[in-house]
Amino acid sequence: MSLRIGIDIGSTTVKVVVLDEANKLLFRSYERHFSKVREKTCEILERPEVYSLLTGQQVHMVITGSAGLGVSKASGVDFVQEVYATAAAVDTFIPGTDAVIELGGEDAKIIFFGGALEERMNGSCAGGTGAFIDQMATLMNVSADELDRLSLKHEKIYPIASRCGVFAKSDIQPILNQGGRKEDVAASIFQAVVDQTIAGLTQGRELKGKIVFLGGPLHFLMGLRERFVETLQLDEEHAIFPEDGDCFAAIGAALCATDYEVHLFDEQLKKLEESQNAVSSVDTAPVLFASQEEYDAFCQRHNSQHPPMYDIATYSGDAYLGIDAGSTTTKLALIAPDGGLLYTYYHSNMGNPVSIVRQELTRLYELMGDRITIKGSAVTGYGEDLIKNAFRCDLGLVETMAHYNAAAHFNPEVDFIIDIGGQDMKCFKIRNGAVDSIMLNEACSSGCGSFIETFARALGYDIADFAKLGLFTKKPVNLGSRCTVFMNSSVKQAQKDGASVEDISAGLSISIVKNAIYKVLRMSSADDLGQHIVVQGGTFYNDAVLRAFEQELGREVIRPTIAGIMGAFGAALAAKKLALEKSNILSAEELQHFQHTAKPVTCNGCTNHCSLTVNTFDGGRRFISGNRCSKPLGGKKVQNPDLMKWKYEKLRTMQGKGSGTGVRGRIGIPFGLNMYENLPFWYALLTSLNFEVVLSPESSRKLYIKGQRTIPSDTVCYPAKLLHGHVLALLEEGVDAILYPCMSYNFDEGTSDNNYNCPVVAYYPDLLAANIPQLKDTRFYHPYFGLHRPKDFEKHASDFFLQEFDVPKKETMAAVRKAYQAYDDYKNEVRGTGREYIAYARKHDMPIMVVAGRPYHMDPEINHGINDLIAGFNFVLITEDAVAYHMDKQPRTVLNQWTYHSRMYNAARYVCTQDDMQLIQLVSFGCGVDAITTDEMRSILEDGGKLYTQLKIDDISNLGAVKIRVRSLIAAMEARDSEQSEAQARSAAV
Amino acid sequence: MAELVYNEQGRLLFTKEMKEEYTILMPQMLPIHFSMFRKLLELEGYHVDQLNNDSRNVVDEGLKYVHNDTCYPALLVVGQFMDAIKNGGYDPHKVALFITQTGGGCRASNYIHLLRKALKKAGMDYIPVISVSFGLESNPGFSLTIPLIQKLIYGMMYGDIIMNVANQVRPYELNRGDTDKMVTTWVDRLVDRFTRGQGMSRKAMRQGFDEIIADFAAIPVDLSQEKIRVGVVGEIYVKFSALGNNHLEEFLLSEGTEPVVPGLTDFMIFKIFNRVTDCNIYGGSFAKKEVCTFFMGYIEKCQHDMIDALEKSGRFRAPGDFAQLRELAKDYLGEGCKMGEGWLLTAEMLELIHSGTNNIVCTQPFGCLPNHIVGKGMIRALKDNYPESNIVAIDYDPSATKINQENRIKLMLANGKAMAKKRQAAAV
Repeated sequence: MSLRIGIDIGSTTVKVVVLDEANKLLFRSYERHFSKVREKTCEILERPEVYSLLTGQQVHMVITGSAGLGVSKASGVDFVQEVYATAAAVDTFIPGTDAVIELGGEDAKIIFFGGALEERMNGSCAGGTGAFIDQMATLMNVSADELDRLSLKHEKIYPIASRCGVFAKSDIQPILNQGGRKEDVAASIFQAVVDQTIAGLTQGRELKGKIVFLGGPLHFLMGLRERFVETLQLDEEHAIFPEDGDCFAAIGAALCATDYEVHLFDEQLKKLEESQNAVSSVDTAPVLFASQEEYDAFCQRHNSQHPPMYDIATYSGDAYLGIDAGSTTTKLALIAPDGGLLYTYYHSNMGNPVSIVRQELTRLYELMGDRITIKGSAVTGYGEDLIKNAFRCDLGLVETMAHYNAAAHFNPEVDFIIDIGGQDMKCFKIRNGAVDSIMLNEACSSGCGSFIETFARALGYDIADFAKLGLFTKKPVNLGSRCTVFMNSSVKQAQKDGASVEDISAGLSISIVKNAIYKVLRMSSADDLGQHIVVQGGTFYNDAVLRAFEQELGREVIRPTIAGIMGAFGAALAAKKLALEKSNILSAEELQHFQHTAKPVTCNGCTNHCSLTVNTFDGGRRFISGNRCSKPLGGKKVQNPDLMKWKYEKLRTMQGKGSGTGVRGRIGIPFGLNMYENLPFWYALLTSLNFEVVLSPESSRKLYIKGQRTIPSDTVCYPAKLLHGHVLALLEEGVDAILYPCMSYNFDEGTSDNNYNCPVVAYYPDLLAANIPQLKDTRFYHPYFGLHRPKDFEKHASDFFLQEFDVPKKETMAAVRKAYQAYDDYKNEVRGTGREYIAYARKHDMPIMVVAGRPYHMDPEINHGINDLIAGFNFVLITEDAVAYHMDKQPRTVLNQWTYHSRMYNAARYVCTQDDMQLIQLVSFGCGVDAITTDEMRSILEDGGKLYTQLKIDDISNLGAVKIRVRSLIAAMEARDSEQSEAQARSAAV
Repeated sequence: MAELVYNEQGRLLFTKEMKEEYTILMPQMLPIHFSMFRKLLELEGYHVDQLNNDSRNVVDEGLKYVHNDTCYPALLVVGQFMDAIKNGGYDPHKVALFITQTGGGCRASNYIHLLRKALKKAGMDYIPVISVSFGLESNPGFSLTIPLIQKLIYGMMYGDIIMNVANQVRPYELNRGDTDKMVTTWVDRLVDRFTRGQGMSRKAMRQGFDEIIADFAAIPVDLSQEKIRVGVVGEIYVKFSALGNNHLEEFLLSEGTEPVVPGLTDFMIFKIFNRVTDCNIYGGSFAKKEVCTFFMGYIEKCQHDMIDALEKSGRFRAPGDFAQLRELAKDYLGEGCKMGEGWLLTAEMLELIHSGTNNIVCTQPFGCLPNHIVGKGMIRALKDNYPESNIVAIDYDPSATKINQENRIKLMLANGKAMAKKRQAAAV
């Protein structure tokens, strides 16, 4: 028998092994290929130690791996699918294995053995893989190894999303900015990977028995291993980390190679080498710059935009300080009263903004001497609260307003601002001198700037060098425009097709721009934006991105030279506006004694159990973050009227025997999806029939985890995913039966063309029956019922209860009528309470916020306390169903066929008629229907002269982004109000 | 020049004058079927162009005009129209657009509105959009008459049988291209017959079936090497459209397998059947139910003609009929599960498994709502009941890359081949 060579070409690494006849490993290597896939493979095979072994020999050679397919196609060397190869290796070397967990650069796989072989790979999402870990390490400014070492010293685990790197970033950043320990964050990142793997890939099968862990990340990262072993509760016998775990797919390929023909090694090598030059067709975009001259002219145009510069060493007089504590960078600007720049600073915050600001302030005091007095200081950005408290700044302002201040100061005519920072995209239109609409990036496409950075590093470049690479390439790759994380796979495809690093660099710049324009701005032509566009944010320092932006718009834009510090500049301007005698900021002396420690604690003030970070500064000053209410701060919880809370509490009371006897048994109802609307109906029906209603417990992260492994589709919305836990909890309760009907149709409220539920709400009960094995041994009733036709329902229900529970038909009929009555009563009560709250608001002169979404958005586990937050900003909160009934049916430009959505449209229309109402739309991530409703809601509100604000929510409880939006909305409302009163004053004067 | 006329709700109508003057553009989904539909519509006096543009620009135009969280088919259909209007050499003032509207609870029913929004955004809202549906929107210049519907049903039946036999011949043909040539020959021949008013009765159709079967059976093939069969099911557009599924059938062929693609007929019966089911489950008009039952029964008879012809041939496998599909899905989903492809999708997977096609690609647009339930949601239960089933779910969207999709399919194929080998070994 001949030697066998297995080559595993992954998204980031190449693995080569040589096996002899007795399956002995003669050679192995595991190396990063930096996208030079073919070159690297040949280079390894040509090394003397391998080459001497193989030259002149007849060998079996097989390629495997996600990037190997292209190499195989181009060279004609045989290919075997990598999961299949891995299974072969495990079968040979670790018999008796029950499951394999393999993490690669961008792939995550689980292979189940025993019975039929079952293999699972991650879907089109790269979350929870090596690339994700790299991205997170970059974010924390450590290497992957350091991240690993840190994680081993953790004390607590924070909940972090790993489905999408972008989500995780928005989880991690606040923790870091608020002073959370890096050790804890590191471990939390690994835990997120574990959760993602289990949630995304097990899909209904339990991970148990002997489990083998493979792939680079699991081979090198001890902290990640620890998280897996702990989570799966494995002992040493059942958690196997084989010595060559990083090369197993290659070994498997070598084993499988026996099935393929032998060839002379040198011929095979030649095939590989020759294929190096074969460049297949790549989808290309237009070039960025055709010539150096074009580029020079471009640079000159942009560099002409700068404020006056003063020398801090000679200037004397007043100054104003602005600090922008951004998500990944910290920016400072010290300005003179005329806006001239005295000092600027822009640097990565290394995960610790406090020490950066301290260091910079100290430096400033040295530079200023006695000549300069700081007369005002303001802070903005993610770390606003922390920095403001740490250094006693005079003002904190929401970052959107800071950026607007800056741009307006710069160009009074500005009518559109786009800011792309480390991971936020902020865009606002300016109309009549006021902010007209604010668009922040949805959670799935944020992280633009830091994404390029991660990519640059992955390919072995510094960000500045990497960006420059693309400027003059003739063939920029077209990489698509979805969420940035998905770009990983587009890049992989381009690499496979032979695109160079230069092409990819340019392609990434173009992609980010397309993302911004089509994903966030949702526009079809440059005219939609405005005439005077100012671009800001560190990402626009990248000339390739700026150029791509201008190309995509087909018009020139303004990039001030201080594009990266516009937030700080705007904050400084706001500080000036305060017109203080002297800033209250820590003095040079105080700064010397400055001390800061951060400690994570869990608040036990209420059932929310918020993860708090207690920051302690010198002199006993404290700042607590992570809280949702004022309780841990020692204050009393002030409760403004909140209809969401009212409804929730009302519904939770609907359990037990009610006015009945409960003799017919205990029926469980899972508290989720449409039950948030229909519970009053079922509760009345069942208790009238003398059943006891057992409501599943309140949703929680824990409840979600309980059902996680039975979720078959990882892209379905979080409210649906929660149902699995609810049903399992009912089973544990030992109920006699569970009732959860399928319902294509919702109640017909006469305001829409049809009265559907969305497909997920309609048929989730069928899905639960097919995916939760225990339900087979339970009386789980999920019949198709239509409550929209009361007479027919009466008939169908009486048949059902007679057949299943021996209930006389007459009795059911009476109960059904009571149920309809109870549902109507509930609806009327909601409306009545809504009216009360509105009256309260008007009496106390408080603004009213209509929170529009689905009924299940009132679940605190789904909305993460957004209602508390909104009410905390001194709004009276009501829900869409409390106002929608005021409006009649009206044609819409979309098909208005879902009952819940129709309510939102009407609520929006009603809000447009009320001066003191604003609307916020809640959207669950993954809700396909809302892809349609959001555009419609926006146009209703904007046509009605209102601001549109959308909050996208997922299983992650990060209120940071929500806060920005709500505060931006408030700021925009205030700006509008003052604009209006000024206008009134003007007209009164005339 | 036709005047722009609007109805009470402000919807631009397709008028009788437009019927004379305008070219109606029709998106592509099933080339065999649609080229016959096109001809049948032309015979009714419409000027119809079938769109076949499938460059990257189709996707880019779609991204420009459709929220890209919206399902991929909507994005492609709108993109295909916009690309054609802008770059297809048409006078935009002389075109109208055809789009089907099924009216289910899935967001796909919104295609027509998304298309109108896109046209408005592009400043071309003077282009009328014609809904091809049963009673959702009407236009003076277009009507689905009973005779036209009947003809379209025949067109669909011919399309299904040609697609079916071609799929069974193509992987084995001795001379590459024979099958596709035969497909073209037959589409042309049928179109020619339609023009002459022939082929439009069940009797003529049965005869046509036999001729088609005979011609395809006569293509020289090499059946000595058994190829593994791979079923393709999924959301209707990405299942059928090469533009939507990155040329999935071609890929499966290149991997040395035989693609098995259940036809369009069941889907049409399914959509009518849902109206009957609604009456059964929730109550409703007796007359409506009767009409639908009759209508559905007629297509079922046509389907039986096709199945009989295939069974009689001895050469080709015949698919199961609608009643069998219904029976198969009963243990998995309620019949009320009707949005999107509803229980039919699960039934098609079951039918494939029952007829020995264990390897299945379940295609769906990324985030497809009904497929969370009827596709991905049922795979677990199918695996439990049929351990030999080998199903892979593939998501399609503007940036899902072909390489990742192909890699996953390859994994399924490797698995399928290994199982086939095991079975063979066991048999020996």
